[in-house]
Amino acid sequence: MSAPALEVRGLQVLVGETEAVRGVDFTLEQGARTGLIGESGSGKTLTALAVMDLLPDGLVARGEIWYRGRDLLRLSERERSRLRGDRLTMVFQEPLSALDPLMRVGDQVAEPLRLHRRLSRTEARARARELLERVQLPDPVERLRAYPHQLSGGQRQRVMIAMAVACSPDILIADEPTTALDVTVQAEILALLERLVREEGTTLLLITHDLAIVSQVCDQVLVMYGGRIVEAGPTAEVFSHPRHPYTLALLEAIPPIDQQLPNGRLTQIPGAVPGLGEFPSGCPFRTRCLRETSCCSTMPEMAGTSHPVACWHPLS
Amino acid sequence: MSSSPLFEVRGVTKRYRLPRTSVFARRREIVAVSRVDLDLNDSDSLGLVGDSGAGKSTLLRLLLGLEPPDEGSIRYQGEWRRREVQIVFQDPTRALDPRMTVAEIVLEPLRVLRLREPMSTRLSELLDAVGLPRAAADRYPHEFSGGQRQRIAIARALAPRPRVLLADEPVSALDVSVRAQILNLLHDLRDLYGLALVLVSHDLSVVRHLCDRIAVMHRGEVVEQQQTQSLFTAPTHPYTVRLLEAIPRLRWRPSPRPSE
Amino acid sequence: MRRRLPPSLLAGGVLVALVVLVAVVATIWTPRNPTQVDVVRRLSGIGQNGFLLGSDQLGRDELSLLMAGARTTLLVGVVTVVIAVAVGVPLGGLAALFGGALEEAVMRVSDVLLAFPALVLAILFAAVFRPGTVTAMAAIGIAFVPSFARVVRGAGLQVMEQDYVTVARGWGSGPLRLMVRHLLPNVGSVIIVQATVAFAIAILAEASLSYLGLGTTPGTPSWGLMLAEAQTYLAQAPLLGVWPGLCIGLSVLGFSLLGDGIRDLLDPRLVERMAQT
Repeated sequence: MSAPALEVRGLQVLVGETEAVRGVDFTLEQGARTGLIGESGSGKTLTALAVMDLLPDGLVARGEIWYRGRDLLRLSERERSRLRGDRLTMVFQEPLSALDPLMRVGDQVAEPLRLHRRLSRTEARARARELLERVQLPDPVERLRAYPHQLSGGQRQRVMIAMAVACSPDILIADEPTTALDVTVQAEILALLERLVREEGTTLLLITHDLAIVSQVCDQVLVMYGGRIVEAGPTAEVFSHPRHPYTLALLEAIPPIDQQLPNGRLTQIPGAVPGLGEFPSGCPFRTRCLRETSCCSTMPEMAGTSHPVACWHPLS
Repeated sequence: MSSSPLFEVRGVTKRYRLPRTSVFARRREIVAVSRVDLDLNDSDSLGLVGDSGAGKSTLLRLLLGLEPPDEGSIRYQGEWRRREVQIVFQDPTRALDPRMTVAEIVLEPLRVLRLREPMSTRLSELLDAVGLPRAAADRYPHEFSGGQRQRIAIARALAPRPRVLLADEPVSALDVSVRAQILNLLHDLRDLYGLALVLVSHDLSVVRHLCDRIAVMHRGEVVEQQQTQSLFTAPTHPYTVRLLEAIPRLRWRPSPRPSE
Repeated sequence: MRRRLPPSLLAGGVLVALVVLVAVVATIWTPRNPTQVDVVRRLSGIGQNGFLLGSDQLGRDELSLLMAGARTTLLVGVVTVVIAVAVGVPLGGLAALFGGALEEAVMRVSDVLLAFPALVLAILFAAVFRPGTVTAMAAIGIAFVPSFARVVRGAGLQVMEQDYVTVARGWGSGPLRLMVRHLLPNVGSVIIVQATVAFAIAILAEASLSYLGLGTTPGTPSWGLMLAEAQTYLAQAPLLGVWPGLCIGLSVLGFSLLGDGIRDLLDPRLVERMAQT
């Protein structure tokens, strides 16, 4: 077996004195498509930003992030920025704010190639055109000269993806890449993303709150809640036999699309997602959990090999 | 009961003029809603689905009576539209005045409409109905979570005892683990008060869950209107087919417990 | 959830409180009668002849004059800001509320008014009417109207976009109710910040006008006037120019800092951030 593409050990992200990500371990296997599921405050985006070294000012990452035998958190700023946009790339939720409004689309797509591959202007232009064709942007030649605001949301996201795959990265992180898009466009973008990472063997980390998307795209899944990973494993396994009460509750809270519920009521999770720093000690879910007992005030470790769960009372 | 529907929408078109891009350019118009026909009866629940910009929200604004249609007619057969048609929006933060207490927010429609109600009793009733503690009355919106804020907005909509509840993406801004609470609440309130419901959502599973009938909108037009069940099994319009195919479906679900 | 007050708020608050305190005290007590002329003991130095901060070219007690001048200054500040708020806030509010032609009209007239610096307008007023404190206050107040109208319109437009306004319109809240119930309370913080800053500018403007002889007329204690009169005697008694200058500087600084501090305190993004953590 080849070495994993990325190995995260004990990752913490501190917002001031508050731990927003509270010691997270996970491994991305080479070429795997992993879904990171979480709600607001789960720490899923901060985890991704820590991997990318894009945390906003004042936020501190601790722990270890191993990539090709090197701990990213120990690298110099220069070495990290050399990797960013080249070996590790990211697609954001809102392409309009992630693209430079005053730069032509072609130049933006060419930018990573000129920066990391030192391509000449003409070479980079030609590559940019190929890339726009690969992401199936209509009229790629004309679009090279367009500005981001002249494109639709879906087209902008295609441009973002073209930039992200320009240098054939090892790892691509997509943070809610389709949340801002219409359902029909979302399906196209997801299909595109999946095809590209398959063709290139790129390792994908797909961050989303939408479980259905994860079930469509990802073979592995990580479930985050309150800054911790509470369950992990193969998607089919986790979704059909969830072991953490939170995962089960999430799955049951989604109205099924293919059938009408007999009594018209969904299984609901009591309470609300606590704010940052307001999660209870121990298991972050325990105050909303029906299986809570006294031992839940200590944080359970992730236990199990292929489908580990952090719960004192896992479902069988 | 009555033969004519509560809402009768006939050939309604609404255009908006875009701001001038240059002194010499002509102002462009967009057609937000185009030749729409709809009926809504008491206790109906109608879902409006479609892409953003399809005209769903504009249609809700027209039903609410905020502005008149440019063409066609909207006839409301109830007694008093301002009291009987109420709306709930997507983002409860934008929907609640941050400078008003929950009590002021919830009772404001009664004051504006000059309804003679025993205010404090009504307030308690409403807070109970949406599952908020009575102590919430004197607090401000920012002290509540997103789900609770949506409950406040729903309580306000219920205050004038409406017959029709319009809901524009009522759970889209909420955490997944909180959505089911609000969906169940809407479901229960609809049954309890016999409300007619018009629900706009981009999430077909939400619409399917709450609505008996679905109207599919595309570029301002209602391209298809069917009973929920038959729309899912036998869609007729190509856009509906595309929409249904595009919905991400959960490929695996935990088997129901206890086992059936 | 206690948080630390912005330092500018504290510093500004202390300075402003000092000015207000002095002005209040001056209404009931000053060391000497500020208008009492004593030509024999004119231009006394500090502590000489019983004048704590010396006396001016007419032998008036400098300290008493300064204290009485604080009253004039505050009066000018309050009146101008009241004029500007009373006219500017409703105009801006109506513009945000109704939009269309009314908004266009208000904004274009504001543009024209804004093109005149406050001082130029005041000079114009002084030429047309009688120069004096009242004329100066009216001129400065009117010159401030556009800035209030613009700020309130800007913030008001944001309020009008909120869904709670749509909801309220849905059940038939009229313009007046929308303004009183939703618009004004939500733009209140912006008005307070603008008023504090305007206060600082008003103080400076009054001093400048009086210095130029277009504001407060001789006989009424005013810092700007004192500064102008001190100019002639700068060689003999340089401190006579320093005292009023210092007073003007510190009060302007005080109100500016206070405005900054209040803005920091009320900044919605800041409040949001605090609410999240």
